[in-house]
Parts: sequence; C-alpha cells; structure tokens
Amino acid sequence: MNALEIENLSKNYGSLQALIEIDLSVAEGAFFALLGPNGAGKSTLINILAGLTRATSGTAEILGHDVRKEWRQARYKLGVVPQELAYDPFFTIREMLVLQSGYFGLGAGNRDWLDELLEALGLADKADTTMNHLSGGMKRRVLIAQALVHRPPVVILDEPTAGVDVALRERLWRFIRSLNRKGHTIILTTHYLEEAESMCGEIAILDRGRLVANAAKDVLLSRYRWRQLRLQLLPESRLELPAELALKQEAAPAGELLLRLHREQDHIGEVLAALDGAGVKFSDLRIHEPGLTEIYSELTGGGENND
Amino acid sequence: MTNYYGFYTLLAREIWRFLKVSIQTILTPVITVLLYLLIFSSVISNSRQMLPGIDYLTFLIPGLIVMAMLQNAFANSSSSLFQSRLNGNVIFVLLAPISDFEIYAAFVGAAIVRGVLVGAGVWLAACSFSLVPVKHPLYALAFTLFCTSSLGALGLVSAIIADKWDHISAFQNFVIVPFSFLSGVFFSIQDLPPFWERASHFNPFFYFVDGFRYSCLGVSEIEVGTSLKVSLIFFLLSSAWALWLLWRGYNLRS
Repeated sequence: MNALEIENLSKNYGSLQALIEIDLSVAEGAFFALLGPNGAGKSTLINILAGLTRATSGTAEILGHDVRKEWRQARYKLGVVPQELAYDPFFTIREMLVLQSGYFGLGAGNRDWLDELLEALGLADKADTTMNHLSGGMKRRVLIAQALVHRPPVVILDEPTAGVDVALRERLWRFIRSLNRKGHTIILTTHYLEEAESMCGEIAILDRGRLVANAAKDVLLSRYRWRQLRLQLLPESRLELPAELALKQEAAPAGELLLRLHREQDHIGEVLAALDGAGVKFSDLRIHEPGLTEIYSELTGGGENND
Repeated sequence: MTNYYGFYTLLAREIWRFLKVSIQTILTPVITVLLYLLIFSSVISNSRQMLPGIDYLTFLIPGLIVMAMLQNAFANSSSSLFQSRLNGNVIFVLLAPISDFEIYAAFVGAAIVRGVLVGAGVWLAACSFSLVPVKHPLYALAFTLFCTSSLGALGLVSAIIADKWDHISAFQNFVIVPFSFLSGVFFSIQDLPPFWERASHFNPFFYFVDGFRYSCLGVSEIEVGTSLKVSLIFFLLSSAWALWLLWRGYNLRS
C-alpha cells in the first residue's frame, strides 16, 4: 500500500486552476520532496491531503484512506507541520502538546512520548513557557512536535526550515532523517533545493498546477543532459577555439573558459585533447555536474522556488 | 465512529482557556451585573409591583441572571474561535480527527459552562440584595441550557463570519446587547407602548428571560410553555446555522 495515492486531482478557485489532474503516488517509507515555484499548487495539494481544502475533482488517499470519505482515519495517519508559525497564546508548550494529543484521542498514556518529543527537539527546558517567549526556530520545532504527537506514519513538512538558522536547520534535518529511518513516510516542501537533493529519494515538481516531474532523484537528475567544464586559463593561453568547441562556449569571467558539454556525447578526454591542440593552456579545471537546481529551472522555466 | 476523547479535550481546552483569564471572563461580568442591580434598585422604587406579588428587585434579578448568561455564552465562543482564527492556531483543531459536530458541541459546551458560572455568580451575589428562589428547577435548567447554548452557537456563527474584531464587536453591540436590554430584563413588556410590546414578542431573548423568571418566581408575562417552545426553536435555528457554516468550512476550510 502506498503512503499517498492521488488520482486525477484538480482544484479550481473560480476560474483559477490551482491543481490540474494530478496523479501521484508516494511509497510507504519514502523521503519525498514536493517542489515548485510560488503558486505552483504545493500548499493547495497539502491542504487537500490535510482536509483543509476540498478538491474540485479526483481522489486522494493516505495509506488507503480517502481524505474525504474516510477523513477521520486519514487524519489519524497524517501529521502536518504547517508553514505559518501558528500557536495558542493561552497555553504552555507542554499543555499544547497534551491538548493536541487529546484531539487525536490520546490521553495520559501518551505523556512519555510527548516528553520524548520535547527532549528530541530540544524543547524540554522550555516546556512550561508559552510560545510568545520563543524564537522562530523554537516555534518551528514546537510545530513539528505537535504534528508528531500521535506518531503519524505519514508526515508532511511544509517549509520546515524557513527562517531557521543553519545550525538549527541541520539539527532539524537530523531529527527528520531519524523519523524516516524509523519508518515514517516524509513528504517535504522546501525552497532549499540542495536540501531536497541531499535528503530525498523521490522528487515531484509542480508548476502552475501541473505535475511536471515525478521520479526517483537519480532518474530525474540523469534526465538533464548537460554539464559544465570550467577552465582557469594561463596568461599565455590562446583564446581561439576550434569550431566544434566554440559552439559549446558559454559566457565566463575574464581568465576563464566555460564549456557546456553533453554528458554522453562530449567526452572530457577528447575535449581536453582538442583544447590542448588549439593551444589552450589552463592551470585548473572544474566539472559541474547537473543538480536539482538545473532540472528545476528547466522544468519550471527558472521560477523561484520560494513558495 | 465518534472521537469522544477528542471532543472532551476540545471542550476541556475551551473551559481551561476561559478559566485562565477568569477575572476577565467570570468576575468582571458578575461585578458589572451587580452594578446594574445596585443602580436600578436604587433608582426605581422597590415597592412597585412588576408582576402580581413581585416587587422590582425580585423581578429584576432573574432577568439580570439570564442577561449575564447569554452575553457571556456569546462572548466565550465568539472570542475563542475568532482569536484562534486570527492566530492561526485553529488549524490544530481542523487537522485533528474531530468532526464539525464535535467542534460545535465543544465550543457550545464551554459557552454553557461559562454562562452557568457567571449566572450562578450573579445569583449568589444577588442573594445579598434579595433572596430569589428557584421554584421550578427543571424549567430553570431548560431555559439556562437553551439560552447559553443558543448564544454559544451564535458566538460560533459570528466568529466564523467575522473578518476582524470590529465585526465581532458590532455583532455584540448592535445585536446581542440591544436584544438583551429590550428583552424585559429591566421592565415588563406590558408597560411598553403597544407597538413595542408587540415587537418584543419577536425578540427571542424575551422568551429566555420570561421563562427563566417563571422558573424562579412562578409568575411570568406569557405562558411558560410558549417560552419553552420558542427557546427550543431558537436553539435549533442558531445551532443549525453554526453547524451549516462549519460543514461548509466557511472561512475555515477552502
């Protein structure tokens, strides 16, 4: 059974099509990234899964439970870390977790797990204060704890590291990775593409309501056919390239040569030999293999991923 | 499948919330109502018979109790839900496996508890002015429940519809307060000019006040059965409105 099974899902707001016939599956235990620029439909999709938005057509299931027809069971299976830093000003962090746990039908028997969460997220010493007194990063951790009070097998994190400093971000990722190792399916949206690339095994990209990519990370990365060869030229180097290489030249700062090479057709050894033959002398070279940033830019027309 | 514990937790959260600020939510309304009692009992002659055998102070106290209950029941659900909407923390309830009816029942349940606590506080304090009996406890219970739950439901409605605090305040100041002041709390509607006397029969709060007064004193301006029926209908209508808005997800889910 898949953690997530979405079929033909569409959402319209009047004439605006926020999601257009999305088909998407996420395997149980996956670490899945959902990427896309502003207005791509990521939040709409998450909200439909969470029961905060109703789809216009199509179906979405969480571990086999339809989010409309079996909404209660679906919500028991799902934990959502919202993007906005929402909190209840009346209650301390511990009280908020106790209440959230109770909303999921869990009473005093769940207190040990709540203590464990507070400890794991570095919140134990702040447990009896209200969130008004916490930094943005601390508030973000409380939201993660709230999403996990009922040990949901599927966890959606909507921009969990937005506005979080580097050290804390690393700590959060360690925690999220440990959740994934324990079997939780993680679905993540982030505008830090390098994080998605390093953490996630599966990646989907939404653009203007359409699913433009959905594949294993390696498969997705292999689809991009280009890499860059950057040479640091010596002063005595000639600058004229043979015709076949001149076609591959891209703009570069003075003293550098940048070539865009086809990953399969242009062999580095042959290119270097041709450069040597043309009298191009260099002191250093670097090869930049394509990453998620290039794929993302190609699929979304270079749109910024800061939704 | 019902999430009883989820409902219970939300109800407990709502009660816990207003108890954390009990000076504002319990003590202040009790003191305010006592000031009304002090002022009106000083200004208006107590020898005046408002209903057969009922002096003004004894007439006034049950009305003030109902007014305090309904205003505080409304304030509880409206301010709690609207503040949760503004802060964004309503999402924690919306993400949980709690049904629309369970949300309605928890908010209305807390509104009943606050209304009853304030009403009991007013009753206890008012006993120092005049000992008001409760001749028909079951009727008193029924009118208390109808009045607080109806206003709890209306509080939910206003919290869902409102876009800013100004809207909540407008609902309270232009609907709840005038209707409660004109519901025969301070006077007998039989003393009004004919037009206003007839108009008072379209004020649902009048039936809460008159019915509760009957429960305490055993006398009323209209037949208690009529008050009970109108109160029930008003409770059903206000609840249906709140439930419909929750079911639609109006301003809560898109």
